[in-house]
Amino acid sequence: MKLDCKHVWEHISGYLDQQLDPELLAAVEKHLENCEVCSAVLDSTRNVLVLTADNRTYELPVGYSERLHARLTAVMAGGETS
Amino acid sequence: MKAAATNETELIRRILAGETELFHELIRPYERLVYVTIFAILKNETEAEDGAQETMINAFRYLKNFRGDAKFSTWLVTIAMNEARKRLRKGKAAAEDSLDATLEDPEGGDYTPAVLTDWREIPLEALEKKELREKLQEAVALLPEKYREVFVLRDIEELNQEETAAALGINVTLVKVRLHRARMMLQKILVPYLKSGAGSDIHGKPFATQGKAQRGGFFRRWFT
Repeated sequence: MKLDCKHVWEHISGYLDQQLDPELLAAVEKHLENCEVCSAVLDSTRNVLVLTADNRTYELPVGYSERLHARLTAVMAGGETS
Repeated sequence: MKAAATNETELIRRILAGETELFHELIRPYERLVYVTIFAILKNETEAEDGAQETMINAFRYLKNFRGDAKFSTWLVTIAMNEARKRLRKGKAAAEDSLDATLEDPEGGDYTPAVLTDWREIPLEALEKKELREKLQEAVALLPEKYREVFVLRDIEELNQEETAAALGINVTLVKVRLHRARMMLQKILVPYLKSGAGSDIHGKPFATQGKAQRGGFFRRWFT
């Protein structure tokens, strides 16, 4: 199987998620070894995911949990109807 | 996981039987999930907090409608997503998140990533830069809603494909297609910021070794 760049781009996500079947995976990897452009696209897309993972740990607002449970308590007690 | 699910089933049964105060315990593991889901869509802390409260209140009110065939967390995310959509449509969200500002929707057409031959990896210092984090958040906010939703659930919340499909009421194939498009759009938006002052060792290296060398170095620390 021989792929051009455009076909490889269609499979970048599948490649990153390890969802390509073996034949397609081999073809994509073969292309990547020889194509600077597609390697850069792959790495930059992967870096977006690295950044996303890195961003995931941000803090919740102070007191969020307390306010949530206080509101639920009020609702359960029938103190809030809408 | 199985123990947690069993415990949840039991908690839900007892709540429905009248021990309503146990609802606090039921939702505690998912407070963060619900908040982050809504915040990722609305980009506004106050709106996200209000939305998270409404989500949990609705979950409490409609708990009897929860069928055990989906995970409780998926059911909660579905409610959270609906709450976020509702607020987005009402225009309560931050003004800069206006729908006018979103990208053109490429569904149905070709979509190509940004091609940049001199693109380099992000050094750790750059990853720690607040600016870059903010750029990512802005870029996610620019995604058309249907792509943003899938990206939020799959890549931010780390739900699997099936859970994401269930939460959004779409099939797995569509989840894959939209996730791919979302990632490609983000790649295109963020490429200029991902360029950094890292060494220019790309140039001058044979093409055949360059890709492997890149993937084997920096990323191994993050992905293995």
